[in-house]
Amino acid sequence: MLTLFLILYPAVAAALLLIVKGERVKQVALVAALVELVGAVAAFAQFQPDASSQFGFDYAWINSLGIRFSAGIDGISVLLVLLTGLLVPFIILSTFNRQYDRPALFYALMLFMQAALMGVFTARDGFLFYFFFEVALIPIYFLAAMWGGENRVPVTFKFFVYTIFGSLFMLVALVYLYYQTPVTDGHHSSAIADFYQLKLTPAAQGWVFWAFFIAFAIKMPVFPFHTWQPDTYVESPTPATMLLAGIMLKMGVYGLIRFILPIVPLGVETWGKTAIILSVIGIVYGSIIAIRQRDMKRLIAYSSFSHVGLMAAGVFSQTETGMQGALIQMLAHGVNVVGMFFVADVIFSRTNTRQLDQLGGITRTTPKLTVYFMIMLLGSVALPLTNGFIGEFLLLHGVFTYNHYLGLAAGFTIIFGAVYMLRMFQKSMFGPTSVRTGTFADLTSSESLVFVPLVIMVFWMGIYPQTFLKVTEPAVVNLMKYIGTSAVSLK
Amino acid sequence: MLPIVLLSVSGIGLLFLGFQKSRTLLLPAALLFLLVALAANFYDWNKTYLYFNDMLRTDNLSMVFTAIVLGSAFLVIALSTRFIEDEEAQPAEYYGIIMFSLVGAIMMISFENLIMLFVGVETLSIAMYILTGSDKRNLRSNEAALKYFLMGAFTTGIMLFGMALLYGSTGSFTLAGIAANAVNPQQGLSLLLYVGLLMLLIGLLFKVSAAPFHFWTPDVYDGAPTIFTAFMSTVVKTAGFAALFKLLSISFGGVYTFWWTILAIITAITLVVGNVTAVYQNSFKRMMSYSSISHAGYLLIGLAALGAQTKQAIVFYSLAYSVATISAFGVLLLVAQQRSTQTLSSTGVANEGFDDFNGLARQNPLLGFAMAVSMLSLAGIPLTAGFWGKFYIFSTAVERGQIWLLVVAVLMSAVGIYYYFRVIIAMYFRDGATEPIRVSPVYRYVLLAATILTLVLGIAPGLLQGLF
Repeated sequence: MLTLFLILYPAVAAALLLIVKGERVKQVALVAALVELVGAVAAFAQFQPDASSQFGFDYAWINSLGIRFSAGIDGISVLLVLLTGLLVPFIILSTFNRQYDRPALFYALMLFMQAALMGVFTARDGFLFYFFFEVALIPIYFLAAMWGGENRVPVTFKFFVYTIFGSLFMLVALVYLYYQTPVTDGHHSSAIADFYQLKLTPAAQGWVFWAFFIAFAIKMPVFPFHTWQPDTYVESPTPATMLLAGIMLKMGVYGLIRFILPIVPLGVETWGKTAIILSVIGIVYGSIIAIRQRDMKRLIAYSSFSHVGLMAAGVFSQTETGMQGALIQMLAHGVNVVGMFFVADVIFSRTNTRQLDQLGGITRTTPKLTVYFMIMLLGSVALPLTNGFIGEFLLLHGVFTYNHYLGLAAGFTIIFGAVYMLRMFQKSMFGPTSVRTGTFADLTSSESLVFVPLVIMVFWMGIYPQTFLKVTEPAVVNLMKYIGTSAVSLK
Repeated sequence: MLPIVLLSVSGIGLLFLGFQKSRTLLLPAALLFLLVALAANFYDWNKTYLYFNDMLRTDNLSMVFTAIVLGSAFLVIALSTRFIEDEEAQPAEYYGIIMFSLVGAIMMISFENLIMLFVGVETLSIAMYILTGSDKRNLRSNEAALKYFLMGAFTTGIMLFGMALLYGSTGSFTLAGIAANAVNPQQGLSLLLYVGLLMLLIGLLFKVSAAPFHFWTPDVYDGAPTIFTAFMSTVVKTAGFAALFKLLSISFGGVYTFWWTILAIITAITLVVGNVTAVYQNSFKRMMSYSSISHAGYLLIGLAALGAQTKQAIVFYSLAYSVATISAFGVLLLVAQQRSTQTLSSTGVANEGFDDFNGLARQNPLLGFAMAVSMLSLAGIPLTAGFWGKFYIFSTAVERGQIWLLVVAVLMSAVGIYYYFRVIIAMYFRDGATEPIRVSPVYRYVLLAATILTLVLGIAPGLLQGLF
């Protein structure tokens, strides 16, 4: 039942928020999101580390077709539920110094987005998953297109059409899988657990693999489906970018783990290498482009593109370490990327620019920002004792086990990551002050408050990752049974 | 049966009401008659009756289709408040003709004999020819009516010829009689039967504006008064698909393998023509007419992949499509009346272009929301009824293994998003007139009802299960 609360409550809160008038709307939205955070933390804390699905509910939805409104939290969902619950209140908090036109609608869309994301990560029915997968697109589209930058309309439209186009193929694959399940009580079944039992022919697995992969690859994005991403990240208002990069791209990685690996193992056997090669190309390509960027937001967008490539490669390595790494890295990356975008937003709000060559010397007046920026940055470049290290190490280990050369190529992400991140830090924080940065004010208390939980997460996950690894492990081990290749254990 | 009687009587009654000087009574009377007919429709629920020497059959399916048709007509007529104010208009006659056309639609829905189908098609069509040309002083309306009439009359001839050929090859006009004589597994279909079936299909596909029989649609939809365009694109289409479904599933379900190819090709052409041409339109109304062609294409998938799911798919899709279309035309009516740009086309009529919607959501959040939901539903995005309509239709195709048809449909759905979102973009992200549009209470209720219905069916599509 907790899952039902997690999905329905933000949607109801969003609807109620529309009635709130005036300045209070920010505070009300924050309180609403904090209540959801309590729910998500409760789910995480009470989660029994085994392979079962917990806190679930199961109602009839379309009886004649056997489609059920069924959701629950298992080891693969739990970190993403935590992530979704954790990030949204702090994303809302990060907007406290900003004025948005029609604020009630703005925050209502954010909470509605949260409801859809919770649905995506907990759905136990294939069609319910698809339903939420698409629904999540509507609020983020309006958030980006209504409050975005100058060029927002064509950019967000490209994003929308691109992602819908991809997911339509997934719908075809889901309907196909549905008709492959055995008939019980006069209808087929669309439960994901029943999809796992299917033994499809290799040819069918091939096209189902691609139908799913294209949908998820566009969402993440994996090279060469990434062309929507940098523009959309830059043109969106920062809170929407945070939602996109922090949570929404995880829908793609989650889909890979939830659907592709267990349902079409032979497809993965055949095409997994292609997918890994595409991902590794994305890692290297994204990093190199990031090094050349001058716009902070665009730089972080490309770094995110590069990082998610590593997650995809880790998943397709079909190793337990790779999978575990992807799960923990999803959480870590969500925390880090939101932190980085917030830094960019803070700088932009004070200087009205994100161009690195117009910045510099900020650190002179901002001890707090410098420290927080540095911590988030170290997390992003995967320094040991930070959250990024654990995830990237496991991921690289997985890819390396799969293929040494690909592992080596993927390893560039750490070197390049350090290069572009430190370059950004250096260009913006050090050096002589520019006209724009001369009177840079340090973080306000509400801004600092956003960083505190993120920093705690960076160190907690970096120093004692076992808290998070142990809840996902049984589910991952269970998933490996469907994959059936030589599992490389963590121990 | 009861609705047919009631609608015929009320049609005549409305004509007599027209003698009165005051017009205020007409609209409520028409709505009341429709409500009574709608209620009477369900009187025979769960019973099956045959009427007129077994020429008509009412069963649950026909009642569901009748309900969709009458419900759509109710919503459309509720939006026709403008006739009362317009000196030129003849509301009594319009309402009378609409009632008679609904009789024709119900005959098409519940026919058991091809003769009855023909009578139904003609009753509906002749009423439509008149309504299309009802804006007498508008050249485009006149042109549309003439075009529609000439082409319609021609296809009626083809359809009748097809029926004659079917009679010649099977010796029967009844659905069951044709079914009994159509199956000949050794030789397949006889040539006579095949040609007859094709001609009959052409006649019906013309009515639902499937390509390549769609050429009348854009001009007629564009030229007719918007309120009748809304009527045509919902009532005529639903009735046409009910008739097609009945004909193909009862009479020709047994020989599916012989005709599905040709229907699948028509479906694919319809999908491509409708969607791709809609992209290039600058007038909202013309875009909606091509969109109606494309939706005919989606509905045809259900028939080309005839199976256990088809009935449910067609009923749900027709309903979702009708509700969304009425809502879209309702907003268009308001926008065109109060906000049309000054640029007039050569015929002196406003263009009803996408630009007229600029900034609508800011000035009139309700209108913007209703239109956005309607467009999302037509585009088939989840949370709206249109998504489940597409979902059911796609499942029929998968069940029959029509994967290539499905791929065409999926690609065209993506194209569809492009032109539906032009409206949403114009409404939400562009700046336009600052004067809000006045929305009368009737419009508000109709739009709210359509929007809520679309969302409710989008969240809980299982609600209608009892109806199938």
